Amino acid sequence: MSLYKAETRRLFKRRFTKLFLLGAVAVLAAVAIGIFFSNQKVGPEQIAAAKADAQAQLERDAQQTEKDKASCEAAKGTPQAGNWPPDCEQLTPPSQENYNYEWYMPPTFILRESFPDMATTLAALLALAAFIIGASFVGAEWSSGGMMNLLLWRPQRLKVLGTKLLTLLLSFTVITVVASAIWTGVFYLIAEARGSTDSMTSGVWQSFAIMELRGLALVLVAGAVGFGLASLGRHTAMALGVTIGAVIVFQFGLGVVLELAKVKFVQAYLIPAWITAWMNKEVTIQDYNSCDFSSVNGCQPAELTLTWPMAAALLGGVFVVVTTAAMWTMRSRDIT
Amino acid sequence: MPPSAVHVPHPPYPTNVPARTTSEGNHHSEWICGCGRSLEWRKGFGILTGVPKVSRVTAVLEIAGLQKTYRSRKGTRKALDGFDMVVEAGQVHGFLGPNGSGKTTTLRTLLGLIKPNGGRMAILGKEVPRHLPETAGLVGAIVESPQFFGNFSAQDTLSLLADAGNVKRQRVTEVLELVGLRDRGKDRVKTYSLGMKQRLAVASALLKQPKLLILDEPANGLDPGGIREMRSLMRNLAESGMTVVLSSHILGEIQLICDEVTIISAGRRVAYGSVSSVLAGHGSGKTKVRLEPGVDMRAAVEMLRANGAQVTVEVDHFTVGNAGNPAQITRILAERQIYVSELTPVSADLESVFLELTGTAPVEGQNRQVDQTASVGGWGQ
Repeated sequence: MSLYKAETRRLFKRRFTKLFLLGAVAVLAAVAIGIFFSNQKVGPEQIAAAKADAQAQLERDAQQTEKDKASCEAAKGTPQAGNWPPDCEQLTPPSQENYNYEWYMPPTFILRESFPDMATTLAALLALAAFIIGASFVGAEWSSGGMMNLLLWRPQRLKVLGTKLLTLLLSFTVITVVASAIWTGVFYLIAEARGSTDSMTSGVWQSFAIMELRGLALVLVAGAVGFGLASLGRHTAMALGVTIGAVIVFQFGLGVVLELAKVKFVQAYLIPAWITAWMNKEVTIQDYNSCDFSSVNGCQPAELTLTWPMAAALLGGVFVVVTTAAMWTMRSRDIT
Repeated sequence: MPPSAVHVPHPPYPTNVPARTTSEGNHHSEWICGCGRSLEWRKGFGILTGVPKVSRVTAVLEIAGLQKTYRSRKGTRKALDGFDMVVEAGQVHGFLGPNGSGKTTTLRTLLGLIKPNGGRMAILGKEVPRHLPETAGLVGAIVESPQFFGNFSAQDTLSLLADAGNVKRQRVTEVLELVGLRDRGKDRVKTYSLGMKQRLAVASALLKQPKLLILDEPANGLDPGGIREMRSLMRNLAESGMTVVLSSHILGEIQLICDEVTIISAGRRVAYGSVSSVLAGHGSGKTKVRLEPGVDMRAAVEMLRANGAQVTVEVDHFTVGNAGNPAQITRILAERQIYVSELTPVSADLESVFLELTGTAPVEGQNRQVDQTASVGGWGQ
């Protein structure tokens, strides 16, 4: 317990932790402020204005059609005739149904529809923070010699590294839970002021909560992977280097190679698809080079659906492999 | 019958106290203490074969046959090759060796940072690394250069260690005062000089009020005043009952403050015992001779040279370099009615003994490489 307390103090005493968390809060605040100012509440006034806009656009387009028709007629027999259809009657005036007033409404924040994207934003940002803070927490200890000092006091390698990891994960659990609660509250208020909180049934709230739980899992896996990689390489830069390498190799390099090789469902090999599948419960990838023919719909691209249990297996696998490797190395390596 | 029985009778029971005279090549060391490794460690750690355990009480640190081999793509390197060491309670024990001789590997292995390939170690009678978690609270150590997280203050650094080791925070203030960092305790460690970091390292080692204090080059980076303070701190700690193992290259310091020394070279112990006995065991073999005033010194020197003596003439005296038996000098000179007024063995200092034992004395025109020592190449002999 004393070791856990000391490690918690150490984690939050570090300037890097404070600055990074402050930076994350600043980014989240900027997102919330941006959403607040780019949305507005919709009432009869806004609906009337949207209808007026739609009507004005319809009239402008009708006048333009008439002008075009006249130009078309005038161009007949001249070299400009090629710019117009052979039959100028094909230039039909726009119809009312193509000018739905809803398309002219100002953006409004509907909590039920828009919050899932915000929950993903929060999870992604906290996952990034957890990865880097986790890597730095143990990486700086290794590179500064602090780990060696600690092992002289507590010569129980697995306990020391395990407590550090536990400290990181518990701290980020608290941070994520608190941040999620505040984030949800903030967007509820934004929806009240600049949108709508209609149709928020208990089922929707439950769905939000489960999504935020999946976000928490993403944060914890990212933190553990950053921690594990930095511990394996005994330096913060190891984790960051591996990540940059993975992004370059897997996201860009592998993506290009698979595209060239015309591999089906290229996105399934890339990280974002799996994170989306995890957060949104599933993601459907289409292969536009294929043709799944049906007499009703014609040629449709083949589809692959990645589900959250598949994403859970991948995240769990990465977590287990990296943390096990870090622990095994800690147990067996000479600390020089 | 073993020679020990002839020359030095055993005490009622043999002790594991290391021999007072001596280098590893000198078998007297084993005759005197009766505790050669083969006997000492034969049946389990900490139990002398056929002797009562009472002799163990005074040994705070025991290492026997320690081996460590580093393997890399370039091949293997034996850092420790059957190294032995014993440190008794209340001593300030010097641990000496040239660069790359295995000092730091020994300390790291002892403290559980490196896994040995063989041998046995015990701290305060408990085998390590198996019992290290139990003994760690009684051992304060700094290994190699002091390493701390630069952005924390000394106070933060020590209080985090105190928390991790269940030590009262009040102790932090005490040790900062003790090492002279009281007024700079709240400054970030990265603003510290090497000497200040060294003081902080000593403070961290003292934090848990250890029974055994292991310090690797504690005087490194200290100013002369700091070195003197460190010396008196070591002495005071030893007087308070703490055992101090001190690794240093400042041999003058070791000679001044250590009760006993162990010298390591190429991963093996080459000498151990009290400083005086090590010096006596490796004396210069030279004898300073001064004659009565008015006596013809040149004639005396020629006479000795004619008898095979290696004589170096100084202004008012001469030195015989190979004086195995100084009485021979007086006999030869007295036969010619020449009488000596002074006949003094020239004592060696620890530095020259160290250089001799480790084979690291500089030789003009040669550049010694780090791993070139007496045991592996006979350099500088």
